[in-house]
Amino acid sequence: MELLAFGKTGWGDELFYATLMTVAVSITAMLVGFFFALIFTPLKLSKYKTLNLVGNFYTTVIRGVPELLVIYLFFFGGSGAIMYVASIFGYYEYIEINAFITGSMAIGIISGAYSTEVFRGAIQSIDKGQFEAAKVLGINKFVQFYKIILPQMLRLAIPNLSNVWQITLKDTSLISVTGLVEIMRQSYIAAGSTRDPLFFYSLAAVLYLLLTYISMKLINKLEVKYSKGY
Amino acid sequence: MDFDLMITSFPKLLGATVVTLKLLSASLFFGLFLGLFFAILRLNKNIFINKFAYGYSYIFRGTPLLVQIFIIYFGLGQIEYLRTTFLWVILKEPYWCAIIAFTLNTGAYTSEILRSAFQTIKPGIIEAGKSLGISNKIIFYKIQIPIAIRQSLPAYGNEIILMMKGTSLASTVTLMDLTGVAKYIISTTFKPIEVFIVAGGIYLFMTFIIHNVIKYLEKKYSFQQ
Repeated sequence: MELLAFGKTGWGDELFYATLMTVAVSITAMLVGFFFALIFTPLKLSKYKTLNLVGNFYTTVIRGVPELLVIYLFFFGGSGAIMYVASIFGYYEYIEINAFITGSMAIGIISGAYSTEVFRGAIQSIDKGQFEAAKVLGINKFVQFYKIILPQMLRLAIPNLSNVWQITLKDTSLISVTGLVEIMRQSYIAAGSTRDPLFFYSLAAVLYLLLTYISMKLINKLEVKYSKGY
Repeated sequence: MDFDLMITSFPKLLGATVVTLKLLSASLFFGLFLGLFFAILRLNKNIFINKFAYGYSYIFRGTPLLVQIFIIYFGLGQIEYLRTTFLWVILKEPYWCAIIAFTLNTGAYTSEILRSAFQTIKPGIIEAGKSLGISNKIIFYKIQIPIAIRQSLPAYGNEIILMMKGTSLASTVTLMDLTGVAKYIISTTFKPIEVFIVAGGIYLFMTFIIHNVIKYLEKKYSFQQ
């Protein structure tokens, strides 16, 4: 237990902050993922073949390539890409992006591919009559989406989104390769300096289990809330 | 775009693909048996056996694969007793550690897939077998298992693809699989995009093949011919 003391003698506070970091990265990545899903879901549902192709390309590539490879692409290529864009605008200094942004962007793009599939499935399983009824009543597309489709879609999407959240949460462990100090990285550091890898990695496993357990409980509550009236 | 790099790195990456495929096939092979074993335990009426199997799948599905590999590769070596047993021959090799971790991980997911497949079999089918006087063992092997395989094919296909992506984590324990070699080339040449396209292309090609094989099997084993 001495190993877990808070303060300078133990690893308690470090691991606590690392856990917060994991949660922060997961939430940011999930939101980035929603943003991507918001762009690519309409593309996948579009009437136009070219737009479909773009949407399908995104989800197929991201879901078919290992997460670690995507993270390496961002880690090694991220600042290069930003510098290239900056050079167009006449800025030639070296730009370094911090590990948090690289990590949550990489995981966000992965999570976005899964979210896109979830939203597509949810929208497609809404009864066609709902769209037609809205059209007949002369409701414009914007209101139709926010007031009619979205509330129904959320109810259908929440169980699957909870899976996406679990995947995202577990994927954040891979960001440790870029040096961002989250649970996995902190355990690696602690294991290295105390020579007690079994204890610290098991502790990391427990922390992840705790996070998935708590988030499942919260999501179940949301599910109950959104399926009111069914 | 550095096309020369793409061409020169292709054979290297293709060589590393063999390692990835070896890891994948070994862990899927052992994982299938482990999954079947735990699925049967899950269906057991004894509450302790049931809870044990549930705990196994809960723990392995609730923690990242990276943690599991690290516990097995870095963690288990710390136990003095293990070093004296024959297990140490296996556990000191990163290759076998990776396979053990992948097997345990895919076993947990497979057990869930198979359990739900067994549970969706209509009781009428089993009753029909019983009323024909077929023994319980034969009902299980000749009726329940074939139906369960058919039911679980789509989900299992996804699991194979997830596992294929999971094998990339072997590169974190010094194995030079496809991702490991890709990372090595990226970090020596600093051309991430070119390497990503080649390595990603190989992964996508494997995904494509797995996807189509599963689709073919689904068609072959479907009830409506």
